[in-house]
Amino acid sequence: MFANTSKWIGMSGTVAVLAGQLLISPLAAATGSSPIDEGRALAFSRKKGNCLACHEIKSGTAHGNIAPPLVNMKSRYPNKEDLRKQIWNPLARNPETSMPPFGRHEILSKSEIDKVVEFIWSL
Amino acid sequence: MKKIFYRVALLAMASSVALAAQATTPEEDLAAFRNYFKERFPGVQMNEYTNGVYAIDPIGRESWEAIEEFPPYEPFVDDGKEMWETPFANGKTYKDCFPDGPAIASKFPRWDKKQGMVITLPLAINQCRKANGEKPLKYKKGPINNILSYIAYESRGQKTHVIIPKDDPRALEAYEKGKKFYYTRRGQLNFSCATCHLQNAGMRIRSDILSPALGHTTHFPVYRSKWGTVGTLHRRFTGRNKQVRAKPFKAQGEQYRDLEYFLTYMSNGLPLNGPGSRK
Repeated sequence: MFANTSKWIGMSGTVAVLAGQLLISPLAAATGSSPIDEGRALAFSRKKGNCLACHEIKSGTAHGNIAPPLVNMKSRYPNKEDLRKQIWNPLARNPETSMPPFGRHEILSKSEIDKVVEFIWSL
Repeated sequence: MKKIFYRVALLAMASSVALAAQATTPEEDLAAFRNYFKERFPGVQMNEYTNGVYAIDPIGRESWEAIEEFPPYEPFVDDGKEMWETPFANGKTYKDCFPDGPAIASKFPRWDKKQGMVITLPLAINQCRKANGEKPLKYKKGPINNILSYIAYESRGQKTHVIIPKDDPRALEAYEKGKKFYYTRRGQLNFSCATCHLQNAGMRIRSDILSPALGHTTHFPVYRSKWGTVGTLHRRFTGRNKQVRAKPFKAQGEQYRDLEYFLTYMSNGLPLNGPGSRK
């Protein structure tokens, strides 16, 4: 009986910890990163957007020069949706482009692209 | 400059264009290829392209020249010489297969009418081994790089000289297939070879300068610092395909042999200078 009790204590303890983590995570999301911060992380990550491979981006280092620097984005893309389309499938505007189709080829997920758009549009 | 690129690229990318309707010959392709780079990098001598990115990257060139003082491929050349001189179990040697050897690098790749395919040097080496009861060597890593290094070293100075024989239309077909491969976008990242090595040659991807396609084949096999060893051209092809997140093809399979045929032809006239050392 003692063994069973300790098993129950152990299990309930695990459940409590897990529950606690579930409670903590949304809190962390609320106080921690914004979509822009998350978008920056995605843009700079080599395995995700890797935008620095070709674009100069403020606060990024060792950027490539294959593509135009990402500045004055709101004047270049007054409509945020156009920026999203460009990141989703740049071949629509320029079939000769060197830029990968991040959405069409599922390099980034829809929600990841949303965050990247927020970040890039803020530049 | 862009016009020339478009002319060659569009022609290759149009998959529905029948062979009979091809407007450019390999000779015209080669002239356009060279002209493109001449205009893109004025002042770079044609022969300099055999040094790859170091023809256009003065900072990289300095470290490369320092490395070349103690060439990292030397031990491979020595091992390759031993392989060349060691008889097979049946007493024959590589020289029996290649009487003009070991300086035979400029004879490959070539169209073999009897076998009806492009024969590359690594393939010929394994065909020689098989004919003499020896086990074939792997095509990307391992001892094939030793004998290739030796042959490349002995062949230094020979001019790249790929021939597309006119008496067999399949040869031109193989060349055209290789050309199409070169200009076709592939992989999740949707790049063709031409995207980086023609269109963006000389530009920086992160901190690396993209090397020009002209002269790409002259210095193989190559010691890559990244590999810490010598590797073959087809190893490089598979790596590149993986890097654009495309499924790579088989080393010494038809796609890469045809690609090698086209790509080497584009360096015709340039002197061989393998083995090379690169980042």
